[in-house]
Amino acid sequence: MKIEKTGVVGAGIMGTGLALTLLLYGKTVFLIDSDKSKLEIFENDLIKNIRFQILFNAEWKDIVPDKLKHNLITSTNPEILNSADYIIENVTEDWEIKKELWEKLDSICKKETIFASNTSAIPITKQASVTKRPDKVIGIHFMNPVPLKPVVEVIKSELTSDETIKNTLSFLEEIGKRGILINDAPGFVSNRVLMLTINEAFYLLQEGTASISEIDEIFKTCFGHKMGPFETADLIGLDTILLTLKVLKDNLKDNKFTPCPLLRTVVDKGFFGAKNKKTIYQYFNLNN
Amino acid sequence: MNELKKKIKLFISEKIDITNLADTDDMFKQGFVNSLFAMELVMFVENEIGVKVENKDLMLDNFRSVCAIEKFIMSKK
Repeated sequence: MKIEKTGVVGAGIMGTGLALTLLLYGKTVFLIDSDKSKLEIFENDLIKNIRFQILFNAEWKDIVPDKLKHNLITSTNPEILNSADYIIENVTEDWEIKKELWEKLDSICKKETIFASNTSAIPITKQASVTKRPDKVIGIHFMNPVPLKPVVEVIKSELTSDETIKNTLSFLEEIGKRGILINDAPGFVSNRVLMLTINEAFYLLQEGTASISEIDEIFKTCFGHKMGPFETADLIGLDTILLTLKVLKDNLKDNKFTPCPLLRTVVDKGFFGAKNKKTIYQYFNLNN
Repeated sequence: MNELKKKIKLFISEKIDITNLADTDDMFKQGFVNSLFAMELVMFVENEIGVKVENKDLMLDNFRSVCAIEKFIMSKK
């Protein structure tokens, strides 16, 4: 299956990172979001962001940023996705929103179009079941920042066809990603473990066992991780971490996913991390 | 110190503490700055020095240190 026209739903961190990646690899991108201002920001910063990627990847040296701009079509109207070959959603981790989106796209898109969910934790089978094309629904968990992360989790549901898996893996290869194929489960592999780690780090902080920088330093220097749990949480988004923990708890019915009260407080006070420039590090500088 | 070097150092010092930064130090390797700062340096060279950075010049090596930035600018003048 030739995949040229791609649809990206949601112009948040992941959606825009993905749209940028697809453009860099020569795909046509239809990017939609209900918030027009997010689309405008992406369009206005596109040339700068393409140049930024060239700076870190010589592979894109011959790219003419202005040319790529013509391959981007943005809209608040999902109808523009009707000719897309492959759609990847990156909307908020909220079941009702995803359900409504898939039902709508199912009626708009061609019957051959593959639907991929770049979800953090909501099971793919559950998402596939609200469409009339469950065999063409798959999960792809891209990592942030999308253009720089070469490996992704690919999640097949009980209903995903072999053809959809094959097409997805080859499509990913075309955009410079290697997919690791796993079975469906809430949070898959990465977020099932990562969210608990970050949540426990918040408990350690709340209990006064160690400071935020000490906890991060232990992960970086003792384990050799590039970032500690708090730096990771700031990058992902503290609000997203909270939401993902709630989704994991709802789906797995396990209290170990109960969000730490400190995490709730930080998010309630509007600290969402790098995305709104109110990080957990800033929160503690301001409050301690 | 020449005017160009002074200008480069002034720009960097507005963003980070350069007390311990030697002119030849790799700012990225030594953790003085994160990768996003690289783009700020590119914008500085274009907007404040007036040197266009072409695609082929978009290499981190041109922006790693005060000396590297100076050398790059001089090669374009």
